Amino acid sequence: MSSREEILARLRVATGDVTSQPGERDPVPVVAETAGAAPDTLELFVTTVTDYRASVVRCTPEQVGAEVAAALVRARAHTVLVPPGLDTSWVARARDAGLRLRADEGEDGGPLTAQELDGIDAVVTAARVAVATTGTIVLDHAPDQGRRALTLVPDQHVCVVRADQVVLDVPDAVALLDPTRPLTWVSGPSATSDIELDRVEGVHGPRTLDVVVVG
Amino acid sequence: MSDPPVQDTSPTFLGMPSFQRAAKVALADTQQRRNLAHATATIRAKRAAAVAEVEGWEELRLAGAGAKDEALHHLPDYLEQLEAALTARGATVHWARDAAEANRVVVDLARAKGTDEVVKVKSMATQEIELNEALEEAGIAAWETDLAELIVQLGEDRPSHILVPAIHRNRAEIREIFARRMGAVGRAAPADLTDEPARLAEAARLHLREKFLRARVAVSGANFAVADTGTLVVVESEGNGRMCLTLPETLITVVGIEKVLPTFADLATMLQLLPRSSTGERMNPYTSMWTGVTPGDGPQEVHVVLLDNGRSRVLADEAGREALRCIRCSACLNVCPVYERTGGHAYGSVYPGPIGAVLNPLLRGTATEVDRSLPYASSLCGACFDACPVRIDIPALLVRLRTQVVDEASGRSAEAASMKAAAWMFGDHRRLEAAQRAATLGGRLLGDRTIRSLPGLGAWTQARDVPTPPTETFRQWWARTHGDAEGDRDDAGDAEGDRHDPGDQPVEPEQDIGGAVPHTSEEGP
Ligand code: SF4
Repeated sequence: MSSREEILARLRVATGDVTSQPGERDPVPVVAETAGAAPDTLELFVTTVTDYRASVVRCTPEQVGAEVAAALVRARAHTVLVPPGLDTSWVARARDAGLRLRADEGEDGGPLTAQELDGIDAVVTAARVAVATTGTIVLDHAPDQGRRALTLVPDQHVCVVRADQVVLDVPDAVALLDPTRPLTWVSGPSATSDIELDRVEGVHGPRTLDVVVVG
Repeated sequence: MSDPPVQDTSPTFLGMPSFQRAAKVALADTQQRRNLAHATATIRAKRAAAVAEVEGWEELRLAGAGAKDEALHHLPDYLEQLEAALTARGATVHWARDAAEANRVVVDLARAKGTDEVVKVKSMATQEIELNEALEEAGIAAWETDLAELIVQLGEDRPSHILVPAIHRNRAEIREIFARRMGAVGRAAPADLTDEPARLAEAARLHLREKFLRARVAVSGANFAVADTGTLVVVESEGNGRMCLTLPETLITVVGIEKVLPTFADLATMLQLLPRSSTGERMNPYTSMWTGVTPGDGPQEVHVVLLDNGRSRVLADEAGREALRCIRCSACLNVCPVYERTGGHAYGSVYPGPIGAVLNPLLRGTATEVDRSLPYASSLCGACFDACPVRIDIPALLVRLRTQVVDEASGRSAEAASMKAAAWMFGDHRRLEAAQRAATLGGRLLGDRTIRSLPGLGAWTQARDVPTPPTETFRQWWARTHGDAEGDRDDAGDAEGDRHDPGDQPVEPEQDIGGAVPHTSEEGP
């Protein structure tokens, strides 16, 4: 008997007492989070993101370029990665300020290697959805966010979130996501509490996270 | 078909002394005890605050338990669905009956890639099967990339906590380990390394980045495996998980078969429960989800190893199977007065704390001294059940396992009848709580921090948690301890190792937490 067959046979015997059919349970209950006396969803999102020691600003669509550039300059970024589907107006000001924009294209014409990515300071992306109660941004790595490595290796991530992308809680976000896409949930900068439980920002992921909320 | 096989005790833990004997040694380590007391108190407070924010916490716990039960009760169906979904998305699924088989699969895959190293994300399943050792034997270096795991690995140590495996090490010890050992296996620590956490984290970042950028094969575990979509989920903090899951060409994920969730929607429940219970955060910094292979993004060769290794045996135990709901959040460890004083190593397994005291004897049987002693590694205070996000009734399971240990050693006996009374009492949470309150009060009046007896259980509770010397059979131990005088016990299970210094003792967690969490419904800690 193959391992597969043997394990499945063991499990069928082990669950021999079960009388229900798979999927017979009630629908998955949706338990909303409230996070205290919630003001409006957007305000809540700004508060929860700030709690992670990420920087967050709200602005109008016209101001996005300026806010993105300000965040990049603040972190002293020189090279900035631009995902293929990004709204280029978001990085126009940064380019004007003398920062070097890079596409996901390496020396050999293929996508950037991990080594090449390691030499880039920052990345600017959009997002798929954001969660107010937890201060989370979810990336689904569509062209305006780029493949996963782009938002991982550079040390700064500037993420532009549209106001209408901010939902109240985790169940709302899960309902909007496409499970066939790779998904990255980001809540604040990379952190560890492994040394005497002191939270330290920045281990392997981007050590600086800037969120720009538009609208 | 015969009973599903037990999990073999791995060489690391073979011949482990009983919990009570190991605990005595641990209790003598004041540095570790201080580290642990600080750490668990900190997490308890954070968890309490994070949980208090969610009004429907009890509903969430029910939903979490319900999702896991649905998956476990129909595990073969959901596993087949998971396999089909993964395969359709370009992943290769392997099945492993036991540790040896899982290790063989991973070693063969790594060999086929011609690599002599893999990067690893912290994973209880791979620790359980001792994959690192198997890889090393095959000449393949396995680099742990979680900061705590790195500390443990460089310190040639064993993890002592599910969530914070280096919880027993303080910053000065960590600095010393980094300075002494990093250079031997890669980029050395900076010469001027201090014991500031930020500097230590920076040293780890530099040391590991070199490995991430060149690694071709990664090995991970998974927190969840979603049957209807084939989605695997890793919940983490540092970004080392993302590095491993994203940069290498080949990704091998070892998944215990109990990690299955029926539907993608169930992830919503779990992602609400896990971070708040685990690190006490609203959400952990990073959660990665991937569904097979995504062309042009991340590993292009994706393997999943579905691991049994004793789990089918636990599932066959109608009462014990709820232990498989465990999502390894470690909340039960942090609220446990016994764990807080003894640390994780005394449990003789990669699964320490209250859940370990239940899961290890269920997985491995009660043939060894340590597994027989584990059901006694508890004061049955009930804090673990209250904290558990998937409502595993650990005290009830412990009582049942004690019954089993006693029955096996002495046949049906008067003691077993008393155990039945215990099972009845612990079978209902309200009864347990009432007994607990009375007992705690009694203990307090005696100026004692442990529960000397539970009403209605009589002599049985007097005998629990007494150390088991190795040369003694259980029956001898029982006979000897059953009539033992109250005043003269060296009761490591009750963690009274420093009774000479009572002022140094932390507040009893059940009190600590009870005051701190304004809960809504009947189960609030
Ligand atoms: S038993 Fe419950 S509280 Fe303990 S680690 Fe598992 S899920 Fe968490």
